[in-house]
Amino acid sequence: MDILQLLIYGIVLGGVIALGAIGVSLTFGILGFANFSHGDLMSTGAYIALIFFTTLAWPLWIALPIAMIATAALALAIDRSLYRWFRTRQPVILLISSFGVALILRSLVQMIWGPDTITYQTGIQMPYRVAGLRIRPDQITILLCTIFLVLAVHLFLQRTKMGKAMRAMADNPNLARLSGIDTERVVLWTWVLGGGLAGAAGVFLGLDTRLHPEMGWTLLLPIFAAAILSGIGKPYGAIVGGLVIGIVQEMSTLVIAAAYKPAIAFAILVVMLIVRPTGLFSGRSTV
Amino acid sequence: MSLLSMEKVTGGYGEADILHDVTLRVEAGEIVVIVGPNGAGKSTAMKAIFGLLKLRSGQIRFDGQDITNWKPDRVVRRGICFVPQTDNVFPTLTVQENLEMGAFVRNDDIRPAMERVFELFPPLREKRRQAAGTLSGGQRQMVAMGRALMLDPKLLLLDEPTAGLSPIFIDQIFQIVKQVNATGIGILMVEQNAKQALAIANRGYVMAQGANRHEGTGQELLADREVAEMFLGG
Repeated sequence: MDILQLLIYGIVLGGVIALGAIGVSLTFGILGFANFSHGDLMSTGAYIALIFFTTLAWPLWIALPIAMIATAALALAIDRSLYRWFRTRQPVILLISSFGVALILRSLVQMIWGPDTITYQTGIQMPYRVAGLRIRPDQITILLCTIFLVLAVHLFLQRTKMGKAMRAMADNPNLARLSGIDTERVVLWTWVLGGGLAGAAGVFLGLDTRLHPEMGWTLLLPIFAAAILSGIGKPYGAIVGGLVIGIVQEMSTLVIAAAYKPAIAFAILVVMLIVRPTGLFSGRSTV
Repeated sequence: MSLLSMEKVTGGYGEADILHDVTLRVEAGEIVVIVGPNGAGKSTAMKAIFGLLKLRSGQIRFDGQDITNWKPDRVVRRGICFVPQTDNVFPTLTVQENLEMGAFVRNDDIRPAMERVFELFPPLREKRRQAAGTLSGGQRQMVAMGRALMLDPKLLLLDEPTAGLSPIFIDQIFQIVKQVNATGIGILMVEQNAKQALAIANRGYVMAQGANRHEGTGQELLADREVAEMFLGG
């Protein structure tokens, strides 16, 4: 029974990681750099939702979309004001500047909301009990929203012209340019999609646990592990990778202390980079 | 007036020039082939047309308009499509999606164009839901050319379309090139299989060390002893 219980927790955590990993994977595939600020983008989204969900006490179904839109806008603004100027340079410059953005975002969150742990809602949530398994209402919300968002992303990538262009650019940026694809517009949509999902992931992480300025930064490692596990640059692999990492992390508590959970993601990351750097589904190799 | 003309084009990717006063032209409906040894600047000349190069001097005109140093997407819209030698399909996208991406700049109904591509390359019709990366080399080349044809270009640039293909496919590709050309599309092609390429070409250019060396009809170049000895392998 323990295993099934951990499986549920793993799927919830995995969903959050997957939402983050889709963004990391898209940014890598389309813009060609590992975005270190993605975790802190998530934190920012979580804290933006705090204003509407907790301070103004609006319902989640309003606060969540607002947080997603705001995070997407923020990601876009960062791109226009900073990343855009380095796009023709070496990827490492983008990587380093994204590290700087991560620090700025985290400090801003700390300046505005303080360094302490905050919760969206105080009080104890009574978990539902189904066949001996416990699941909190929040976790059900997270699961349903994640499934909805992943389906929406899937439809966007498969059915719309822009979604296909994003996959095309992740596949072969040069050919995308030669085909006349408006690459700047693809980049814009990459940030909108990646930022929006990061915002949602942040909110879900806040719902599942608590808000803390470092919440997103801490999750960055599992997110990268998830993105790399399935071959970075492939958004579909990121979903599978996220679930695998989430479930493995939770399951690991059966054999080792829970404090080592992040180390599991790190171990998977290292093993993958040594054994199969192109990913489980052998995507394109990294830079 | 030529469909495409390059006049004394000099330039390269960075500091050093690769092309030196390269001059060539393609008339409407012609097949023109550029041959020459490795590193002669053949592919570079093609990339210059497509705006992938910084040109220091010279002029490129297409269909009566100066297109020197235009960006690729603008050149595409103007009616020139380019099929690179390698990495010329989107491997994880399906055949149909590859063709759709070729028509990205179009906002009208692209089904007639896709239908024409399927008529030109029948094997692609049944494989249209298959990822392009899983196709054979010859079929992949069909996808690459099909993608480029989705915009109904006036001129198609082919960079070594037969490189790395088995002899059966090479014949097939040259047949396809002739077929495409028969629909009225001008073709400028860089080729290693020089003899075969010149045999189907209206005219040809021999390039060496980034400059023009010889020029003539396909038959003239094939018959020219110097060209044959130096560039066509005897």
